[in-house]
Amino acid sequence: MILASGITKRFGRTEAVSEVSFQLGAGGSLALWGSNGAGKTTLIRCLLGVIRCRGRASIGGVDVRRHGRHARALVGYVPQELAFHDDARLGAAMMFFARLRGLPAGRAAESLDAVGLSGHERKRVRDLSGGMKQRLALAVALLSDPPLIILDEPTSNLDAAGRGEVVETLLRLRSAGKTLLFASHRPDEVVSLADRVLVMERGRLFRDTTPGELWPTTKPVQLVRLYLTMASEADAAEALREAGHAVHLNGHGLCVAVARDRKAEPIATLARRRIEVRDIEVLEDVQIPEAAR
Amino acid sequence: MSTAHAHAGPDTFPAAPSLLGGIGRFALREFRDALASKWFLLYTIAFTVLAVGVSFLSLSGIGSHGFAGFGRTAAGLLNLIMLVVPLMALTAGAGSIAGERERGTLLYLLAQPVSRTQVLLGKYLGLAIALVCSLCIGFGVSAGMLAWRTGGVGVGSYAMLVGLTALLALAMLSVGVLISVTSRRTAVATGAALFAWLTLVFLSDLGLMAGSVLFKLRVQEIFGLASANPLQSFKMAVIVSMNASLDVLGPVGAYASHTLGGALPLVLTASLVTWATVPLAAAVVLFARRGSV
Repeated sequence: MILASGITKRFGRTEAVSEVSFQLGAGGSLALWGSNGAGKTTLIRCLLGVIRCRGRASIGGVDVRRHGRHARALVGYVPQELAFHDDARLGAAMMFFARLRGLPAGRAAESLDAVGLSGHERKRVRDLSGGMKQRLALAVALLSDPPLIILDEPTSNLDAAGRGEVVETLLRLRSAGKTLLFASHRPDEVVSLADRVLVMERGRLFRDTTPGELWPTTKPVQLVRLYLTMASEADAAEALREAGHAVHLNGHGLCVAVARDRKAEPIATLARRRIEVRDIEVLEDVQIPEAAR
Repeated sequence: MSTAHAHAGPDTFPAAPSLLGGIGRFALREFRDALASKWFLLYTIAFTVLAVGVSFLSLSGIGSHGFAGFGRTAAGLLNLIMLVVPLMALTAGAGSIAGERERGTLLYLLAQPVSRTQVLLGKYLGLAIALVCSLCIGFGVSAGMLAWRTGGVGVGSYAMLVGLTALLALAMLSVGVLISVTSRRTAVATGAALFAWLTLVFLSDLGLMAGSVLFKLRVQEIFGLASANPLQSFKMAVIVSMNASLDVLGPVGAYASHTLGGALPLVLTASLVTWATVPLAAAVVLFARRGSV
């Protein structure tokens, strides 16, 4: 369904994505995992053909650069946060996107119903909660029943209930045979939804693996945030990854998913590399689902 | 999917809206958004009040009371149009793409099965229709009052004025859209549009006067430079359309009347058409080639 070969994107002197190549077959589910600034969002934008890049990408055999709008007809895209005219009413927004894809008006209503937004057609986009906006984005993405859904951190702005709803919808889509490509910061989501994980760091494809290899435990894990000096963050991330930890940098420290009874392990790893940890914060429990086994 | 890059042929492309269909859908949305916006209401009210005010005052200038005929009102409106219409069109165009970019909605629109050309031309068309409607309301109210008070004397000149004003609005809208495509922020685009307005309305006249004195320009050179300014082309075209000779503009006008004769209206209209098409074409090319959102 997706074929990417040597995707490279530079912004000035910064190489946001560097020589990324991968394939994703129809019905597969692939997670992009990496720190903020690792290049996940840029890679997604390159695959959608909304920004120009070097390399080749095709969706369903359609070249994204040469025939972008035809390639995008195969894709439903869900951004991190729905950006649409705040004044627009939900029903009118859905009608616009349905017409844009040449679909009958009834399809807009069906799609809203599928994500549980029926009855909210008169609401303005600005009056929707974060969870409802994400469900609206999903409704737009599902309008034409596309074979591929691309999601860019779809749950990052949602609370636990909102996250659960979105993950449940995506699980249904996966069962229905849709191909999923998504970026996420949450181990539980990746384990629930993905059968492959591309770990990205500094624009490069660092590792092509499975959720089971990345989190080899079925015990509950905890997200631990380590506070380091800014200069040592990149070295620390590399050292922890070499030690087999799943890590991401999020601008407020370095987040590591560790087994509940092994929280000191990352600190010991960094100590061996003489990297000082200034502080530690235990964020939340994450239950790695059975799928990880 | 095989490991080699296999691309679909044109006959197997998934359905995406046709070029004109996509443009039409964006135009309709832009037009509806414009109708619901404050700028449309404000400009329409301001232009209508000024047009009616000028039509009332144009006869009082020669010692009578009440409303002037269509021909005199058209002459009276000329300077008002040259100030107000470029400002309306330039600022509306400047906000078009830069506004979507700043709100983050541009990315979401471009992730749909549409091309950048469809988005840009659709927005231009929708804004153009909204602008022309706004002008027609102002001209229409003024014309209705004039017809009621004075009959239909000089209605041809007035209709010509409406047509040329619409063309001037399209030309200035094109320049505004070009500014918008090259600006990352709405405030920058609006600032550049105001500078363009100031240049076309005031600075180019002053520059032409200074240049003609300093460089001892010949009349044909002054006419060439003047007609390169869309506002001057518009002014001369309106004067010609009122069956008046350009002799009123001095030696340059006399030169243009005598040299070009019957072709003069065509030359001036062609200048406006060029301003309406060339900046728009440049905007389409720049927007399509832009590497980022």
